[in-house]
Amino acid sequence: MTSLNSAPPPRAGDSLIEAKELYLSFGQTPALTGASLSVAGGEVVAIMGPSGSGKSTLLHCLAGIFPPDRGEVWYDGERLDTFSDARRTELRRTAFGFVFQFGQLVPELTVADNIALPLLLNRAGRKAAYATADAWLPRMGLDGLGARRTGELSGGQAQRVALARSLIAHPRVLFADEPTGSLDTLAGEMVMDLLVGAAREEGTTVVLVTHDARVAAYAQRELIVRDGRVINRTDVAAEVSG
Amino acid sequence: MYAHRVTVPYTLLGLLEREPSHGYELKRDYDVYFGRGKPLPFGQVYATLSRLARDGKVTGGDAEPGAGPDRKRYVITEAGAHEFDSWLSQPAEPEPHLQTVLFAKVVLALMLGRPAEAYLDAQRGAHLQRMRELTEVKRSGGLVDVMLADYGLFHLEADLRWIDMTAARLNALAEMVRA
Repeated sequence: MTSLNSAPPPRAGDSLIEAKELYLSFGQTPALTGASLSVAGGEVVAIMGPSGSGKSTLLHCLAGIFPPDRGEVWYDGERLDTFSDARRTELRRTAFGFVFQFGQLVPELTVADNIALPLLLNRAGRKAAYATADAWLPRMGLDGLGARRTGELSGGQAQRVALARSLIAHPRVLFADEPTGSLDTLAGEMVMDLLVGAAREEGTTVVLVTHDARVAAYAQRELIVRDGRVINRTDVAAEVSG
Repeated sequence: MYAHRVTVPYTLLGLLEREPSHGYELKRDYDVYFGRGKPLPFGQVYATLSRLARDGKVTGGDAEPGAGPDRKRYVITEAGAHEFDSWLSQPAEPEPHLQTVLFAKVVLALMLGRPAEAYLDAQRGAHLQRMRELTEVKRSGGLVDVMLADYGLFHLEADLRWIDMTAARLNALAEMVRA
């Protein structure tokens, strides 16, 4: 139980990922207005907030998908936001894994093809890539489905394929944006059990965006985003105690 | 929603924190904001005020001349204000059917110009912590544990939705309460 007690934010120097005062607008619409956070290696952190609060945008900035207009994104001691496009792409392929709500699998390919894809893109040998993919099938409750086309899967099965694919290359960080958003409660619970279980076994850091408190409860710590900023718990405590 | 009135003493202290009041004024304000079809009996108002006075949380002035059951004007003491502040700032123990307490805290915080949103954030944190514990019970327990934990999780989730909706409506609520 202690491992899941609400963890304090990491101390300076312990962070694997850090955002400092991020600003990002889409046209005239501000999405991030000074968002800062820090995530330690191996942590499972949930980012919560109302619709339109900027939580998904923040995740995309942390993952190097959106460069911020202003502010700094640090990954493992380096300024990610200053990397070239090519270097950010490389990092996303080798060090990060992604799970989104929809549309992440290639429907023309089989389950095994989809899971093996990151290894193939990283130029692993074909035989080794498929052997590793096969090993992930029972782990994700997908026994016997390796040859199935992903268009034939249920939503829960498809999401477990996406999860296996996101973890197969042993990323240091898994970014998950509403990973259970399209699933019913039971299927969502299975995905989260597997996600958190696998992340713990692999020591993967997880940054999870969700509006669902039951999903956030799988994380060690939650961060609330409101109006493009991360609400600082220390500030809340100080405000409450007057 | 208002099946029990665990908050009456604190609610009266909060109303007195706003301004010294007579018992009938406290009853009137309690009924407007917190009664919702179940007015607070005068007897309970005065019994509560007597207990608060006995414990040094309020003082009742001398009876003022005039008609009516009680013409005492009650004033919150420093000890009473301290107790009210402690209650207001402490997240309630997360458990099902908390709305009565949470609602009272939010309304009183807005009435007194306190940081209602911060109280809701603190309460959200307390709820999520309890949900985290129950989720861990589910991950390590048997089917019965899972089902019992589910019951708690769904109720806490309902509370959280109420907290989120209330946070979204704070400005409108503040306008109404301060009108």
